[in-house]
Amino acid sequence: MKTKPNLETSANDCHPASMPDYTPLDELRNLQLQRLQAVVLRSWENVDLFRARLDERGLVPDDIRSLNDIAKLPFTVKSDLRDTYPFGLFASPMKDVVRLHASSGTTGKPIVVAYTQQDIDVWTSVVVRCLAGCGLHRGDIIQVAYGYGLFTGGLGAHYGAEALGATVVPTSGGNADRQIMLMKDFGVTAICCTPTYFLHLIDRAAELGIDFKALPLRAGVFGAEPWTESMRRHIEQKSSIEAFDIYGLSEIIGPGVGCECRRHQGLHIFEDLFYPEIIDPETGAPLPDGCEGELVLTTLSKQAMPMIRYRTRDITSLLTGRCHCGRTMRRIGRIGRRSDDMLIIRGVNVFPSQVETALLQIEGTLPNYQIVLTREQGLDQMEVQVEVTPHMFNDKIGALQGLQSRIQAALDHVLGIRVHVALVEANTIARSEGKAKRVIDRRTS
Amino acid sequence: MKIQQLSLFVENKPGHVAAPVELLARERVDIRALYLADTQNFGIVRMIVSDAQKAAALLVANGYAVKATEVLAVEVPDHPGGLAAVLRALDGSGVNIEYMYAFPCMLGSQAILIFRFDNPDAAIQQLQAKGINVLAGDELLK
Repeated sequence: MKTKPNLETSANDCHPASMPDYTPLDELRNLQLQRLQAVVLRSWENVDLFRARLDERGLVPDDIRSLNDIAKLPFTVKSDLRDTYPFGLFASPMKDVVRLHASSGTTGKPIVVAYTQQDIDVWTSVVVRCLAGCGLHRGDIIQVAYGYGLFTGGLGAHYGAEALGATVVPTSGGNADRQIMLMKDFGVTAICCTPTYFLHLIDRAAELGIDFKALPLRAGVFGAEPWTESMRRHIEQKSSIEAFDIYGLSEIIGPGVGCECRRHQGLHIFEDLFYPEIIDPETGAPLPDGCEGELVLTTLSKQAMPMIRYRTRDITSLLTGRCHCGRTMRRIGRIGRRSDDMLIIRGVNVFPSQVETALLQIEGTLPNYQIVLTREQGLDQMEVQVEVTPHMFNDKIGALQGLQSRIQAALDHVLGIRVHVALVEANTIARSEGKAKRVIDRRTS
Repeated sequence: MKIQQLSLFVENKPGHVAAPVELLARERVDIRALYLADTQNFGIVRMIVSDAQKAAALLVANGYAVKATEVLAVEVPDHPGGLAAVLRALDGSGVNIEYMYAFPCMLGSQAILIFRFDNPDAAIQQLQAKGINVLAGDELLK
């Protein structure tokens, strides 16, 4: 990392040690059980769907006597939110709800999430804990380049950064040139956005003749889409910032469910508020710590819209052992894939993250890609479209064809199947809220 | 002697050459010479314009991948053997042509050849030594 002013020791307004992150484990487990019992009772009293599901199983809230009893409870899945659209899972009367957010909803109705004032305060507090864990504090200037609006990213990061005591620059998404200008002119020290968008900013800054390495920017808190270790290395090398992975989902609260600390050994889940489990995505059976499976989260304090055993579809594992940073909160491994983003191409399992890894192996190539699936004469075809950034562009046909075949070879190697590579114009791949849409499936079954 | 040529990446799809050309037209940038190199799924538009700096800024601001490269413009008599004479002049110099394109002058009996050489300085020296007219940038833009 570059030598930039390290304010960590100069300002302790929000010292991490004062946070619940360090709660002794026995105390933490007691707290979790009390809160679990309370949230189950609240949902049972207020949410028809939940009560009906407990009735089916012959369960009542009093059956939850230990944390292990959580496995008796039914799962909540994304379609439950759609089926009860818009307010069916609320556990608070609307007069107590101070905020609604909604997903971008690529298919049909969006999913709606609700917050009481206390929920907003909890959300703010977890983002503060994330940012503090990234070594940020009062005195930092934090640019929030997540979209502001129905999407939880912008406002979530904003409230947290403000409560941390930092100076917030709420640029929201879009207009890269202005983002870069403000970052430079305001002396921004940290940015919150999607990793894809940050890559775009690095690239654009190079075109404008601005060297990211020379800016005071020292940390990036990146989330809202899965990204890989190779992407982190790429980002850190191009911009000399420290890149942090933040995790969250609107159904649970928004950004701030978990975040890396400066040890970068997985993401601490704030399990005093969000109880994590790992299950076998096929059978739903709970898996022990250390096993890879689907992450299931239960909100332990949410009022307006508690989520009991929400299936995130994110594949990870719970890491055991205490982190050297001293936090007692368990960590999850980086989420590289989701149980629902696996593609089966001619019988071979393919994850979009593998394409990212392959592209980053090639000098000068950015993981700005999209996968287009089609079916020709009954056979799946996979095309990987790669944006030609100004940096990659060469005026000689031979050089571009060479690049194309290097990409081809890397993909063949990583994926183990033959795919078609197409070079496409920069900025043509669909992005929403800064998140790249990685897969377009045009196969009709 | 060396002239700024702009190259930009375009997909090989209907309308993808038109869009940047329209953009330059709106901003009153004149295209003096243009050549489209194509492959199955992409192409490279190479052009010499009245104001390379303005055009490049415009294209970059509109999200195009643009590269400025240095090319040479060589004037040759527009009759059989004109090009052959230029190429012969390069014999033995070791200078390699990466690509070239040609267009006739509407007035007079000259044609203009645009060359991208691997070593433009050596090419200039060699061509001038053999009495071939390498045009200065402003002559072409007149």
